[in-house]
Amino acid sequence: MNAIEVKELHKTYDGVPAVDGISFEVGYGELFGFLGPNGAGKTTTINILCTLLKPASGQACVAGLDVNKEPDKVRKNIGLVFQETTLDNELTTFENLLFHAYLYGLARSKAIERIDELLSMIGLQNKKHEIVKHLSGGMKRRLEVIRGLLHRPRVLFLDEPTIGLDPQTRAGVWNFIKDMKQKEGTTIFVTTHYMEEAADFDKIAIIDHGKIIAIGNPQKLIHEMSKAIITFSTDDDITARQLLSHGMVSLGGKKYQIKTEKPDNFIKQMFGLPGLKIDEFKINQPELEELYISLTGTEIRDEHIEHTVFKKRHKT
Amino acid sequence: MRRFILPVYVITLRDLKKFFRQKSRLIGMIARPLTWLFIIGTGLNQIIKGNLGVNYIQFILPGILGMTILFSAIFSSISIVWDREFGFMKEILVTPISRFSIAFGKMVSGTLMSTIQGLIIMAAAPFIGIRFTMAEVLLLVLFIMIVSMCISAIGVFIASLIKSFESFNIIMNFIVMPMFFLSGAMYPINILPKAMRYFMYLNPLTYGIDSFKHIMFVDFANFHSDISMLHDIVLMLSFTLGSIILAALAFNRQQKE
Repeated sequence: MNAIEVKELHKTYDGVPAVDGISFEVGYGELFGFLGPNGAGKTTTINILCTLLKPASGQACVAGLDVNKEPDKVRKNIGLVFQETTLDNELTTFENLLFHAYLYGLARSKAIERIDELLSMIGLQNKKHEIVKHLSGGMKRRLEVIRGLLHRPRVLFLDEPTIGLDPQTRAGVWNFIKDMKQKEGTTIFVTTHYMEEAADFDKIAIIDHGKIIAIGNPQKLIHEMSKAIITFSTDDDITARQLLSHGMVSLGGKKYQIKTEKPDNFIKQMFGLPGLKIDEFKINQPELEELYISLTGTEIRDEHIEHTVFKKRHKT
Repeated sequence: MRRFILPVYVITLRDLKKFFRQKSRLIGMIARPLTWLFIIGTGLNQIIKGNLGVNYIQFILPGILGMTILFSAIFSSISIVWDREFGFMKEILVTPISRFSIAFGKMVSGTLMSTIQGLIIMAAAPFIGIRFTMAEVLLLVLFIMIVSMCISAIGVFIASLIKSFESFNIIMNFIVMPMFFLSGAMYPINILPKAMRYFMYLNPLTYGIDSFKHIMFVDFANFHSDISMLHDIVLMLSFTLGSIILAALAFNRQQKE
């Protein structure tokens, strides 16, 4: 049994498919990244999994519970951190957390114990009775993450948790999320479009135009799906000829380059050649970002699609 | 049962905490009705020498009480739109509590806040020559609560229908102000033309304010109300029940696809 199981999920808005038959699984305790450009269907998927939206067709189970048939039970087993801040700015840190704990049916004494435990974990003990509007953006984010974990959910959903934060704060929030995953063993489902953040996730899925176009361990995906770039520099004509005969292209000057899926093999092969005179040598293993761009293209997406989707939800 | 009561309590507690923390709102909510009562009431008292059975400043006290409830209950319920715009409603909606307990919690908090403000206004009564017995005060509290619940429910209904805070002015101008002026708050119902009277009879606030008049002016032999107390009670309760049901349905519907 997996923490999340999605089969052939569909959702359309005015005939335009937002999610177009996606299927995937996330194991218990995994850190799963759901990546894709704006409007690709990330938020729609997360909203379906969190029972905020009904799918047009297909099946989705969270913690072994069908989101369509048992939405109340699903809600009890999940925590959610939204893209936008959803704290009550007029209440204190403690009041925000206690309010949440009560809504999940935690008894007061248990709730207070848990709140203190989590607050000390994120180092916000001294802000316990501070009105939330006086907290910094990073503090608010961390506060929302522990609010999502307050009732010990099986799965924690984070929708673009680091959007709009500065790099230091972003790193801090990630360290904290990974730390929490370790300590609490929670399955974590994250959407993001910062690729570098997802490089050390357990599993990622790249979604575009409502379809999953790649899924798996990010490092494996990079190895399987993208080519490394190897560059040699040489003054020696014989060496240059050798390089060219092995498929390298001249970049002008003394530089020769090749793109290959198996950089290890290529290098072994080249260094097996006798009398090679190499001045410089560089190997570029592509980053997740490059893989992502190569899969989703470079066109710029605006927020338009996802935005109208959100407005729609209020209307209906 | 605990699953229903607890969220209602929590939502109410949150609203009350915020209410008492926003000092300017608190002051405004008390200053407005007192301004109406003492400034407008005193002024018009000089001009209006009708056959009311009470003097004009006394006559408008039940109306001002109705106005206080109307404004505070609508404001309280409209905070749903505010919560939705700021995302907080989403956080509540993904918790395992029922939609109805959220809607009902909002109605209860609106009722409590309106009742508190109504009671503060009632403290002005002795200064304009209206005195109550303990029994009358208790009866008045009961009716204030019923009227507050009704208006809060109407507020939740409206908040569920409107999409953004920009619609708020429309609500004020086309629902709240007409409800106030067509309720018998400022003048007796029977002096108005027939066409306008129909609107008044469709307005739950009319019965609420009329019931306040019955209770407050029980000692004034010359005062005659427009509607009988029995009618007030029956219609007020019907409107309240109807509004709660409509509000719950509308609130439930807005969150579903």
